[in-house]
Amino acid sequence: MTLPPFQGIAQIAVYVIVLLALTPLLGSYMTRVYEGDRVLLARWFGFAERAFYRLLRTSPEDEQNWREYARSVLWLSILFLIPLYVLLRVQGHLPLNPDGLKGVAQGVSVNTAASFVTNTNWQYYGGEYTMSYLSQMAGLAVQNFVSAAVGMAVLVAMIRGFARRETEHLGNFWVDLYRSIVYILLPLSLIAAIILASQGVPETFSGHAVAHTLQGGTQEIARGPVASQIAIKQLGTNGGGFYNSNSAVPFENPNGFTNFLEMIYILLIGSAEVYMFGKMVRATRQGWAILAVMYLLMIVGVAVAAPAEQHGSPVLHDSGVSLAASSTSPGGNMTDKEVRFGIANTALWATITTDASNGSVNGGHDAFTALGGAVPLTNIFIGEVIFGGVGSGLYGMLMLVILAVFVGGLMVGRTPEYLGKKIEAKEIKLAVIGSIFVPIVVLVLTAVAMSTHAGKESIFNAGPHGFTEAFYAYTSQTNNNGSAFAGYGATDFSTYLGAFAMLVGRFVPLIAALAIGGSVAAKRITPPSLGTMHTDGPTFVGLLTGLVILLPALTILPAIVLGPVVEALTTRLF
Amino acid sequence: MSGSTARGDLVRSVLVVVLGTIVLGLAYPALMVGISQLAFSNQANGSLITDHGRTVGSKLAAQAFTSPAYFHPRPSATDPAYNANGTTFANLGPNSRQLASNISANLAAVLKLEGPYNPGLTAAQVPVDAVTTSASGIDPDISKAYADLQARRVAAVRHLPLATVQKLIDEHVDGRFLDFFGEPGVNVLELNLALDQEH
Repeated sequence: MTLPPFQGIAQIAVYVIVLLALTPLLGSYMTRVYEGDRVLLARWFGFAERAFYRLLRTSPEDEQNWREYARSVLWLSILFLIPLYVLLRVQGHLPLNPDGLKGVAQGVSVNTAASFVTNTNWQYYGGEYTMSYLSQMAGLAVQNFVSAAVGMAVLVAMIRGFARRETEHLGNFWVDLYRSIVYILLPLSLIAAIILASQGVPETFSGHAVAHTLQGGTQEIARGPVASQIAIKQLGTNGGGFYNSNSAVPFENPNGFTNFLEMIYILLIGSAEVYMFGKMVRATRQGWAILAVMYLLMIVGVAVAAPAEQHGSPVLHDSGVSLAASSTSPGGNMTDKEVRFGIANTALWATITTDASNGSVNGGHDAFTALGGAVPLTNIFIGEVIFGGVGSGLYGMLMLVILAVFVGGLMVGRTPEYLGKKIEAKEIKLAVIGSIFVPIVVLVLTAVAMSTHAGKESIFNAGPHGFTEAFYAYTSQTNNNGSAFAGYGATDFSTYLGAFAMLVGRFVPLIAALAIGGSVAAKRITPPSLGTMHTDGPTFVGLLTGLVILLPALTILPAIVLGPVVEALTTRLF
Repeated sequence: MSGSTARGDLVRSVLVVVLGTIVLGLAYPALMVGISQLAFSNQANGSLITDHGRTVGSKLAAQAFTSPAYFHPRPSATDPAYNANGTTFANLGPNSRQLASNISANLAAVLKLEGPYNPGLTAAQVPVDAVTTSASGIDPDISKAYADLQARRVAAVRHLPLATVQKLIDEHVDGRFLDFFGEPGVNVLELNLALDQEH
């Protein structure tokens, strides 16, 4: 372990401070949006909102119970899956395809459609040489907005369950969907897209450029409507790149400024939503308690990853090259990393992109050191609740909160309560389903992939690293993250299995979250008494942190030992 | 159709798919393309560099330099190397035998190329970015240390004073944003273009 230079540590610290400072600002704004306040944009563009509701024959007053809300979510998701799949298959015959790309293969199309509808953005394809501009824009980028907004809407519905009393109404999905997109995602994307384009992220409909290089060769340079897509891919915790190497490519992420902006965007909504939760249940301290757990785990992650990467890998140490950081060299494990980001910014990005279910990368995770690579893997396995996906992260975390309240209640021998709502057998069962189902699916699918011939074909690296690749692939897809140890390859087997993983990993916890919202909404709110366990103090923060780590640790540890731990303990080459 | 029925949801979903595709999938990117092309067309078209009316490359993409008269970029895992239309990581793990042999080969190549101009050059003086593949395969930058290592060769081959080459390197260091964010690097293509103009 080698500490990164002070400059790198300072950049990480400033990132955390800026993110924290923006959290209450956006969180307050989002609260107003979802509570139907006439925010500035709603005053200017209220006519569009009213027209949308008229067209859909719905209105904010037309509230749904949890079953109706879930049904709307499912219908919309199904109806987006099919045209997206068809679009990818037939893109070769459609316009906005200046480089003449062919239709995408069947398995990859199925996987990609599931991937973007579930907010995963796993990529079994290389963006710039697989996807036409039309597929990127009208297919993938649309899902970047919609899948993010679906997660946000479901979260808001669940929060309403806690905030309200003795009702079955959780809000109207179509209204929450519209407000998420038009008042939150779209304006923030517009701002980022323009800033990114000004810094060198292409935004054009022209096909690839051809350069005549100084040495007399030619070079094709892929471009397209990139900036508009990168803005929403970071903001909506999607992560699917326009280019194969994702945000490591200078055309997605040209310099230190864009890197900082994109990192802020990755966690911005996820962090603000927790503050919004506190505001909506009229107890901001409850939000801060959850934020404390999230920031703590984020900082621990980067505190492990950055020194591990700065130290370098066994292969680099054996080679004898200079690994020391200095004012003129980044030092450390620069394999599959970019000079303009260096070690600290790549380690920070790897940590936060897996804290969030973003999955975009600004360096190759497959080439991370054993310990450095264990951080993103652990983050994802924790179930995408350290911020997590927009919406989905906090509804996942609230299920863990319910379990923590239950555990705490057992310890002191009282009926567990959260925010004045009695937590009973039904909520506990749903929370257990919501938080244990995904890890079980991961372990089963990894076992299947490791024990079948068809599964092993996808593995690129030999030895324990190959196992980690497969384990990472199913962890990432089932948890809807989308980052990868990118050597893991696309076969019929891996694309269909992955599509299955993403769909069940998205919708089972989502329905459980809505069911919990529906169940607690019907309850009375009991005023706190002397014996009520406080869920906004350091004791509860400690309890929740312990649970967040312990729960997945109990399921993941044997697999982590087979992969990263074996690798870290040996200098043997494979 | 008012109220929440399965049929209502189906119709609403179809409407959202159509409207969403038009507004988010077509209008939003079209608006962004329009604004970007008007306000900063160079950046929005790929930061291309032209020399005497010919496009010679992009500021944001490394290109192949093998001649000893030029500074060389970092190794690339793309096929062919420095393919800006097929970016990729090398994806080799930290204990990979293949990685070990790639790194030794890269190191041997650097020592062979720079050794004659830097007497007594050892591996310990070679910065790590010189022997490792970049993440994109088209990393436009090299560390200042790697540029300094190449300076003697370039100066000797071009019959330029070392001080002139060193001065060009210093002028082409892309610093951190606000002197704080990111890491400094030297843009190889811009540096080589400046060299050609110096000659």
